[in-house]
Amino acid sequence: MTESSPAASPATCVPSLGELFTGFLIVTVSAFGGILPFARRMVVEQRRWLTPAEFTDLLALGQFLPGPNIVNVSICIGQRFHGWRGSLAAVLGLMAAPVAIILVLGLLFASFGEIPLVRRAVFGMAAAAAGLVLATGAKMAWPFRRRLWPLLVIAGVAACVAFLRWPLVWILAVAVPLAVAFAWHEARAARRASPDR
Amino acid sequence: MIGMVDLWQLGLLFLQTSLLSIGGANAVMPELHRLLVENRGWLAEAEFVELFALGQAAPGPNVITVVLFGQKLAGPAGGVLAITAMCVPTSIATYWFYRIWDRFRGTPWHRTVQGGLAPVTVGLVLSTGLVLATASGHLDILPAAITLGSAAFMLLTRFNPLWCLAAGAVVAIVLG
Repeated sequence: MTESSPAASPATCVPSLGELFTGFLIVTVSAFGGILPFARRMVVEQRRWLTPAEFTDLLALGQFLPGPNIVNVSICIGQRFHGWRGSLAAVLGLMAAPVAIILVLGLLFASFGEIPLVRRAVFGMAAAAAGLVLATGAKMAWPFRRRLWPLLVIAGVAACVAFLRWPLVWILAVAVPLAVAFAWHEARAARRASPDR
Repeated sequence: MIGMVDLWQLGLLFLQTSLLSIGGANAVMPELHRLLVENRGWLAEAEFVELFALGQAAPGPNVITVVLFGQKLAGPAGGVLAITAMCVPTSIATYWFYRIWDRFRGTPWHRTVQGGLAPVTVGLVLSTGLVLATASGHLDILPAAITLGSAAFMLLTRFNPLWCLAAGAVVAIVLG
């Protein structure tokens, strides 16, 4: 699989097993309030393991499979470059340190959590973290800015989940077939416009 | 706080949640709230909100918040069990699914499905941000300003986003 990816995406680099582990380890211990903004920055913008479109595709897969998104993404990225060893390296890099840290944090918070200063700091960081996720969503939405149906799907899904608070299963059951139908229609229209492709 | 919860039941609860968790943290947290607070009464409302905020502020993926829930209910062993039940079975499933899925990369129907899934994914990411931004249950000016400020910082600069989180904590301490 690895030999086909450089041809398909000339912008990307192939990480070694060690780089998979350390890449996810560094990103996970320096990522607070959710790792997605930091992981995308590392994988796409800094180390160029994946193109922006490839990252969005993998995240899509990670979201639609059961389990935590970013854990699924690390499994897929590892698998893509180095099979099961790659998955193991990526997921261990991602999870081991944060689990150890949060066990300690939980014990500390049990002792010091009543201090108002600590409480305010925690809520301030949570609010900032929400902003980082919104910005990451905006970056991911940017490539779709000139196409109407993806923008409608993006806005529709975001509104139904965040504001209407409908059950996610139902939203996906409607949005996914609809979006795939749009994509199929668009691809067919493109083929008709240029039959030689 | 209530006494220690049976480890077996705890593991089963998180395993069950992970198998249903399509869409990530924004899907898991409301479901865990329903199970832990409303259904079983293992955690009080305030405990859940506090641990959730702490999990948000801790390094690593949002899912490690379940370590805090497990630890609160059954000590450190409960924390490790919770995250294991939450991640390991689904990771193995993802590994096998992706091996098969990746073989079809580049085929027209594969591209079509990915092309349809991509905008749905972006919508889910934005909704996660919106859910987290309104997690406190009410829209205050201060958290909203911190959220907007950090979004602008992430979009307009290439500095490490950690500065946003530090600034958010400082602003909340000074003005909160």
